[in-house]
Amino acid sequence: MNCAVKARTYVVLWVVALVLFGAVAAARADDRSIVVASTTSTQDSGLFEYLLPLFEQKTGIAVKVVAQGTGQALDTGRRGDADVVFVHAKAAELQFLAQGESLRRYPVMYNDFVLIGPKSDPAGIHGVKDIGQALQAIRDKQAPFVSRGDRSGTHLAELALWKACGIDIEQSRGPWYKSIGQGMGAALNFAAASNAYVLSDRATWIHFSNKADLEIVVQGDRRLFNQYGVMLVNPAKHPNVRKALGQAFIDYLISPEGQRAIANYKIDGQQLFYPDANDPGA
Amino acid sequence: MTMRAPHSDLPILFAGVDIHRGTTVLLRNLSFTISAGPPTVLIGPNGSGKSTLLRAAMGLVAPTCGGITWGGRNVPSPTGRAIVFQRPVMLRRSCAGNLGYALAAAGVAGADRKSRLAELLRIVGLEALADRPARRLSGGEQQRLALARALARNPAVLFLDEPTASLDPAATKAIEDLVRAVSETGVKVVMATHDLGEARRLAGEILLLHRGELIERRPAQKFFADPCTDAAKRFIAGELLI
Amino acid sequence: MGAQSLSALHLLFTGDPALLAIVRLSIGVSLSATVLAALLGAPLGALVALTRFRGREVAIVALNAMMGLPPVMVGLACYLALSRSGPLGAWGLLFTPKAMVIAQTILVTPIIAAITRQTVEDLWAEYRDELTAMNVGPLQRVATLLWDGRFSLTTAFLAGYGRAAAEVGSIIIVGGNIEGFTRTITTAMALETSKGNLPLAIGLGVVLLLIVISVSALAWGVRRAGERFAA
Repeated sequence: MNCAVKARTYVVLWVVALVLFGAVAAARADDRSIVVASTTSTQDSGLFEYLLPLFEQKTGIAVKVVAQGTGQALDTGRRGDADVVFVHAKAAELQFLAQGESLRRYPVMYNDFVLIGPKSDPAGIHGVKDIGQALQAIRDKQAPFVSRGDRSGTHLAELALWKACGIDIEQSRGPWYKSIGQGMGAALNFAAASNAYVLSDRATWIHFSNKADLEIVVQGDRRLFNQYGVMLVNPAKHPNVRKALGQAFIDYLISPEGQRAIANYKIDGQQLFYPDANDPGA
Repeated sequence: MTMRAPHSDLPILFAGVDIHRGTTVLLRNLSFTISAGPPTVLIGPNGSGKSTLLRAAMGLVAPTCGGITWGGRNVPSPTGRAIVFQRPVMLRRSCAGNLGYALAAAGVAGADRKSRLAELLRIVGLEALADRPARRLSGGEQQRLALARALARNPAVLFLDEPTASLDPAATKAIEDLVRAVSETGVKVVMATHDLGEARRLAGEILLLHRGELIERRPAQKFFADPCTDAAKRFIAGELLI
Repeated sequence: MGAQSLSALHLLFTGDPALLAIVRLSIGVSLSATVLAALLGAPLGALVALTRFRGREVAIVALNAMMGLPPVMVGLACYLALSRSGPLGAWGLLFTPKAMVIAQTILVTPIIAAITRQTVEDLWAEYRDELTAMNVGPLQRVATLLWDGRFSLTTAFLAGYGRAAAEVGSIIIVGGNIEGFTRTITTAMALETSKGNLPLAIGLGVVLLLIVISVSALAWGVRRAGERFAA
């Protein structure tokens, strides 16, 4: 047996093995589970750890959450790698709908953003109630500011806020504006380490254990409210989507029982999410 | 020792053989025959081509020009031949492991293998070291194991490339006694040495090589008593042949 | 901070099911990947070592270079391939442990192949004359070289496992770091770090270190045992 034959045998054996592996792998798993693409801030808030066991107990459906930035989560839905997307960036969600990637968007709940900053207050905005005023002060004083920079719902909200107070952040940014391209926890860590301002969702902030010298600086401004929506990935586009199981998850979230469960989720006695599935404007 | 293999590999005929490696000429225009009988011993200074000749006769090196035949056929694949290299390489196993490997490679089946293994170890005097890692043996012991591995192939022709070159006199004697015993069972021994004394002790026939050429070829007694060529005379007298 | 790190170890020793599940998955994924990589890489390395073909030198350089494949790159490539929109989407492997095994197999195979090639090549240079003189056939030759080189090859295996056990870049992308399903020690560490739970991340890191040290000790033990025959 010469070397060419040997090599060919080896190749044939491996092709056979891979084909077998593929056949085995393709056999559809019979488990009752769905993949939900959601955001890191939602996962970091701890909501899933609380809510999903309740859902699984009720329906026997296991929910596998892949936590990414909003942009990536929607992308995962577009690729058909998730059954349901659950994010908080209405404009991006509506675009997702318009592209036919889903057939319907269901509002679920909202939480709010808070502006976090160092106790030393370099921008001098202590006591300010208006988020636009606060951001302008930060820009004018060139106080250090951390942006998530990762196309997430929080990042998009931050960009919208700069725009809403008339600041073109791409033009105005300088070394004081740090775009780190990472999740909420990482951004908070960065802000804590460098005594900077950062926009965060309240849930992650409460949950965050490394607060150092940071505190909430601005809260309650209506423009800081953060709406969540859930969508089933369009089964017509992606036949592998688990339509019935995914819809069961959505139905649970918007049901009175699910909405009550969401409202009952508290950290340190504080409610984080406000259910609004029945709000037509949400 | 048991049955010898049929003498199908003999005579080994070299016809006008040249062996080049790159631009170096290792053997030049060699024509001679190795026939059955008492040991054929190759002598000559270092670099004269003794190792190359042995390897060619074993079938490990193809001639650049000319041809080599074994028993009239062109079979370079060494089934009825075996060789003991100057510095034999021990496999990373025990003595018995090495020998078992050689027996398996020679096609000796399971039950036979055990008895042959024991017999060979006894012949070369290594029974006590059967389980020792072969690479831990002394030079002489490794040479004996290499010889046992060669004998495992039940060869018709046994090539030895300076087997005692790095051994002390006691080990040298052990090897020489073994070689003599092997020859007496009918195996054709072809051996290279640069020890003239050893050549005198073992040879039936002498081939003197110098710079890749065959200088003289005669029965041993005649060669030592009355060498024909000048080079032979000088070599026997102990002069350096450049 | 020390208290929380210690609590991670405490969880391990009292058999906390969540942590044990993570540890089991970590070891399972990395071990499976290394075994597959060995089955794939060892014969490949031996083949490259023993056959002469055009472009052999290039193949050797490529093999050595691929030992340094960036995990994130491999993860991304696997993600694109295994996604439902990708060529292998029908297999439905994305965000499963199988995908993680695939990605790590790709990372580890070059290590095992390159080390095997070097080992077999060196061993062949040493054994060549003897094996040829003993008229050993090609398949038997490969088997002999792989067996006699078993201690170096075991080291290669353990080096491959170390690489797999330590990496996070590829498995976090193709696995999705799903809690209870594709979360390993390294991906959990990445998550806890991003959440600001640094003490817990460190605790997990200590657990990982314990595993890696055990593997290292095993490697040392194997070499010591091997010295008996390898000398």
